[in-house]
Amino acid sequence: MPDFEPKIVAFVCNWCTYAGADLTGTSRMKYSPQVSIIRFPCTGRIDFMLLLKAFASGADGIIVSGCHPNDCHYSSGNFHARRRWIIFRGLLDFLGIDVRRVQFSWYGRWGRSRATSACAAWA
Amino acid sequence: MNALREKARELLAAKTVQVVIGYGRGSGGSARAVFMRAPAQAAELIFDATCLQNLAVYLMKPEVRKLGKAALVATPAALRTILQLAAENQVADNSLLALAPVGEDIMPLATFAAIEAHVAAADHDLSAAEGAELGKFAAMGLEERRRFWEEQFSRCLKCYACRAACPLCYCTRCTVECNQPQWIPVPAHDLGNLEWNVMRAMHLAGRCVNCGDCSRACPVGIPLYLLNQKLISDVSSVFQARSGMAARSDNAMSTFKPNDPEDFIR
Ligand code: SF4
Ligand code: SF4
Repeated sequence: MPDFEPKIVAFVCNWCTYAGADLTGTSRMKYSPQVSIIRFPCTGRIDFMLLLKAFASGADGIIVSGCHPNDCHYSSGNFHARRRWIIFRGLLDFLGIDVRRVQFSWYGRWGRSRATSACAAWA
Repeated sequence: MNALREKARELLAAKTVQVVIGYGRGSGGSARAVFMRAPAQAAELIFDATCLQNLAVYLMKPEVRKLGKAALVATPAALRTILQLAAENQVADNSLLALAPVGEDIMPLATFAAIEAHVAAADHDLSAAEGAELGKFAAMGLEERRRFWEEQFSRCLKCYACRAACPLCYCTRCTVECNQPQWIPVPAHDLGNLEWNVMRAMHLAGRCVNCGDCSRACPVGIPLYLLNQKLISDVSSVFQARSGMAARSDNAMSTFKPNDPEDFIR
């Protein structure tokens, strides 16, 4: 399907990935218009129910991205999130859902080119 | 059984407890929960292979709490439930008496420390058969698993009997009833069945004691125990944690280790 245009939803933390994406924009780098970015106060707030909601609303792929370990603005939100992702991924796989549809990543503020290339890899 | 009846009679007569929660004979040879408040009722108590329900579910019901201090006939899973509820600050030490059947005898456990010692002496690993069933799923292809669960979840009625039966599903306001936004659509329709079942399993991750009551309660026979056991197995292998072993412990999902695995994070 050459003209398949996946819908990507990116759940990102305000303090790192969102800042990175913002910088991407202000630096006039291009990234795919198929990515919708949703800003959260912390990765710890990115509940698995939001990811399921995104799938139910027609998302093909999901990006979940937050601060590197030890860089969390609230010190441990990303560590708590990581535990939940481990269990959630295991459960999705057990239910026969391809876990490649959810991509987890740590991005720093400086990671704007990585954010762009991740979006490009999806599109 | 006689030891159990004798103990219940004695506790109620001495007013050590106000209610004994145990098993009585239900219809069709089944066991049902009974709530005894007078010594004379103790003769109705039974304990045999049909007594599977995790009676600790009643500890969280306001109607039962109102009755006063309870003695509870407790299977190994119910004992672990009590410890898990304690770890979640839902029951206080010395506020209930667990009656653990041991062979023909009955062992009264009045404190969390006593329950902990009793629980620690038993084996709580998933059984060989349970492990083998999980292994069967791991060996299936992704598509095969997806089809299996799609068929299972298509039968879900959103009756929430699994939630009502679970002693650890005690929130008074459940996400299911939230309608702004509506996380789980209301109609008894396929829509939302996956979300509901993922939510139920996830909210019990690191907390479920594998009592099996959710599966037994499900009117359409969805093997919910498979989801629970998958998460029990992951929580134990990845985080080396097990629910309901100690009255003071962190839930696996509300804590973390700095070196939790993150090979999947790019
Ligand atoms: S989820 Fe099911 S098996 Fe686990 S504690 Fe609740 S009722 Fe028991
Ligand atoms: S008991 Fe069974 S049918 Fe009812 S909500 Fe739970 S899974 Fe669905």
